[in-house]
Amino acid sequence: MLTKEQAGDIFDRIRKISSADEVEVLFAGGRFALTRFANNTIHQNVAEENHSVSVRRAFGGQTARASTNKFDDESLRQVVRAAENLAKVQHPDPDLLPMPDSREAGGSDGSRAKVAVPSRHFAQTAAITPEIRAEGVKQIVGVADRHKLTTAGVFSSGESFEGIFNSRGLSNWHTQTSAEVSITMLAADSSGWQKASSPDVANLDPLRLAEIAAKKAVDSAHPRELSAGKYTVILEPAAVLDIVGFMFWDYSGMAILDQRSFLTGRIGQKLFGDNITIWDDVAHPLQAGSPFDGEGMLRQRVGLVENGVVKRVVYARATAVRMKRSEYRDNVGPIAATGHGFPLPNEMGEMPLNIVFAPTGDPKNVEQMIASTERGVLVTRLWYIREVEPFEKMLTGMTRDGTFYVENGRVQGGVRNFRFNESLIHMLSNVEAMSVPLRSCGEESFDMVVPAMKVREFNFTEVTKF
Amino acid sequence: MKHIANWALNTASTRGASYADVRVMAQRSRAMSTKNGKVGSASDAESVGMNVRVIADGAWGFAASAELGRGAVEATAAEAVAIARASARVKRENVRLAAEKPVVAEWTTPNRIDPFTVSIEQNIELLLKIDAELRAVTGVTLAEANLNFNRDEQWFTSSEGAEIHQTKLSTGAGYAAYAFAGNEIQKRSYPNSFGGQWQNKGYELIEELKLVENARRIAEEAVALHHADQCPEGTFDIILDSSQLGLQIHESVGHPIELDRVLGMEANFAGTSFLTLDKLRTLRYGSDLVNVVADARQEHGPGLGTFGFDDEGVPAQCTPIISNGLFTGYLSSRETAHTIGENRSGATMRAEGWNRLPMIRMTNISLLPGEKSLSLEQLIASTDRGVLMQTNRSWSIDDKRYNFQFGCEIGWEIKNGKRVRMVKNPSYSGITTEFWNSLDAVCSHDEWTLWGTPNCGKGQPQQVMGTGHGAAPARFRGIKVGSAFKGS
Repeated sequence: MLTKEQAGDIFDRIRKISSADEVEVLFAGGRFALTRFANNTIHQNVAEENHSVSVRRAFGGQTARASTNKFDDESLRQVVRAAENLAKVQHPDPDLLPMPDSREAGGSDGSRAKVAVPSRHFAQTAAITPEIRAEGVKQIVGVADRHKLTTAGVFSSGESFEGIFNSRGLSNWHTQTSAEVSITMLAADSSGWQKASSPDVANLDPLRLAEIAAKKAVDSAHPRELSAGKYTVILEPAAVLDIVGFMFWDYSGMAILDQRSFLTGRIGQKLFGDNITIWDDVAHPLQAGSPFDGEGMLRQRVGLVENGVVKRVVYARATAVRMKRSEYRDNVGPIAATGHGFPLPNEMGEMPLNIVFAPTGDPKNVEQMIASTERGVLVTRLWYIREVEPFEKMLTGMTRDGTFYVENGRVQGGVRNFRFNESLIHMLSNVEAMSVPLRSCGEESFDMVVPAMKVREFNFTEVTKF
Repeated sequence: MKHIANWALNTASTRGASYADVRVMAQRSRAMSTKNGKVGSASDAESVGMNVRVIADGAWGFAASAELGRGAVEATAAEAVAIARASARVKRENVRLAAEKPVVAEWTTPNRIDPFTVSIEQNIELLLKIDAELRAVTGVTLAEANLNFNRDEQWFTSSEGAEIHQTKLSTGAGYAAYAFAGNEIQKRSYPNSFGGQWQNKGYELIEELKLVENARRIAEEAVALHHADQCPEGTFDIILDSSQLGLQIHESVGHPIELDRVLGMEANFAGTSFLTLDKLRTLRYGSDLVNVVADARQEHGPGLGTFGFDDEGVPAQCTPIISNGLFTGYLSSRETAHTIGENRSGATMRAEGWNRLPMIRMTNISLLPGEKSLSLEQLIASTDRGVLMQTNRSWSIDDKRYNFQFGCEIGWEIKNGKRVRMVKNPSYSGITTEFWNSLDAVCSHDEWTLWGTPNCGKGQPQQVMGTGHGAAPARFRGIKVGSAFKGS
């Protein structure tokens, strides 16, 4: 893998070639491998190593980006020229700021708090081989065989780097490992699913995940059809993560300025229940990811929602400056660069990517939620979620891989999958109970630290055929 | 590039691979966008690399590298074989490939104007012109426009003797006007939503799309939607415009016919399919008017699923998928063809890039136009009561591809053969086969467009692929409308 020192040398070469007022170089890449299984056999098994260098040049108010994965002199000359050609034909943008120096980016100018992020690189994870992954899959297949089920899924591992250097002396570097296990267990007319990810493979337990997925497949066999309607639902953490993930694009200063956020005119209002408090916190021990943003600014811990009240949104540097000049400035809470910007130039501005739900004072686990439910539906995961209406945050999607009917405090068996049409505002106002938040992953949104939730009046509008 | 392939093939063979193929790729892309009068993004990217796909001990291995020196290439090939041997630790039977005569060939996307030769100034000027037209309409609060160009050059070489040099070019363009007022955000897009129209052709596509000419109308519709009534809920006849019908085909025909899904190979992520093998040539998928093909050949048109050869080196083909309503074909590969009794792949294997494994992907999955002359206006005129829905706004379907729900940007209520009013937030839902069996009219070829879907996700690690979908407006009888908003 590319090291920070090697990247520094490449940056120096680019800087010598460049005639721009300012230059910024992003580095990304690493090694990644994924073993994929289906029908109780490994059917795809891949590995790759790649790296890229992405050059942004700025001339006054003009900026553009070009990238390549070739590091020879001619390729670097070409990528510098391409960025220049794209930048120089643009009209100057008065909102484009000078690149940050390390003082501003790191907060040592006193503008921002220091955030200590734990190491996310683990030697054991970096050393995972195809044989180790195959052995893990073999164990999962063993569980499937024992339950007379068919299994499909992935076991992946990787080691990656992200870096940024600019001509004002800023340099940041982050390395991380990652491991992920996802398991589907299929029976004749039912299925179960589990997934987990971590920078440290020691935190993953494929056998336990396989047993849970298998139990869900067995317990949901011969699903009955319930009529569509409003139900109390118990959403396991993966289901919560996949649905709430659709609102975090809107916790962005740029989204407010563009009037495409459902929070436009609503910051400071109580939108959700008292029990909903949400942070963005890159340093949380269950989180992953880089501690700096697309301009190299260190990410801050930001309280987005407190006891149901939306407190603020996140900002890239330029967005914060624009917001302070805007008509919204007195009604959006604190305005400051928070270290959540995407690499420039971009249209979206910024977004919180390290979501952590605060624990409730009286957590209930899923079993306790079931025990307290007279009539409801237990949902393992949600699927194919899309936005139907953007301002009430109405979303549609399906349940999948383990949907159960709950009656009189007990799981009564599997039910056919539902389609939901539900407003996130409505849903997060109707949370009756929450578990301890966990690191969770799904397929529709990025990994988060979220609880399971018991939600009343969740709106199922249709039933499918299985 | 032949030397790179030879290094890899020789290493794979020496290490014991019974089959190997190598793809060396150079990919280039340019993306430009504007937002509210300013350049939103401007970027160029290139990525070069190679991969080796092997069968050893009867199992698959794949490795990819950005380094093209001899040492790196040979190490990558050796890694692919080692991975295949690890795969063999958990296998039930050996991989077997349908026979394919190896081809030595060159193929390039036909194009009149290479989009990378068009000046950046000209492109930005066009985007800003569109932007100005959109924002000239009072009430538009956000205007976005984009242009995208891609070139993928690939050298495919196999241990069976295939040598194929193929260059594919694609062009995309589109824009959207947003109007925020009160408690509502409305949006209109042109020529299609989520990136516009994309085809495998040159800059001539941009000239054909009449982007500036339509911008004012689109912006006015976005604002007018605020004053429109909510689309009524109930059971209605609906007419879908060709872009929405293209996405309907993608989701409720294209995905369920992927043989890897049918066989359970995608069960953990994308899902499976209701089209189990017993349904081939027995299931009445749609009404007699439903004729769908999977056609990757250039003569079908410049779709995002058009090519000379797939990424297993199999020449492009046309497979009848639904013939007069009867389900007649799947999308297959060399590995899966035998499961449906075929002795040859249907040529649908494609990879996103040099670092991704080819998988079964839709080519151009198209609903053929009606044979009798029928325009959209004639179709509306022959509809007593219904809703015309245009331009996708949301889409969702279950993991077996039965139950779907689509939302559109704009609807028009039809009464007694006339559009009587604009309606907002139109949506419809149904069950795939019931829906296609309710089709009772398809417009003719003059109304037929080969749409591009540039963002189809599938696989682990996920790959994004472009697919093509030809469609003309069509009418469906007795469809559930508006249940998305039921109970809200």
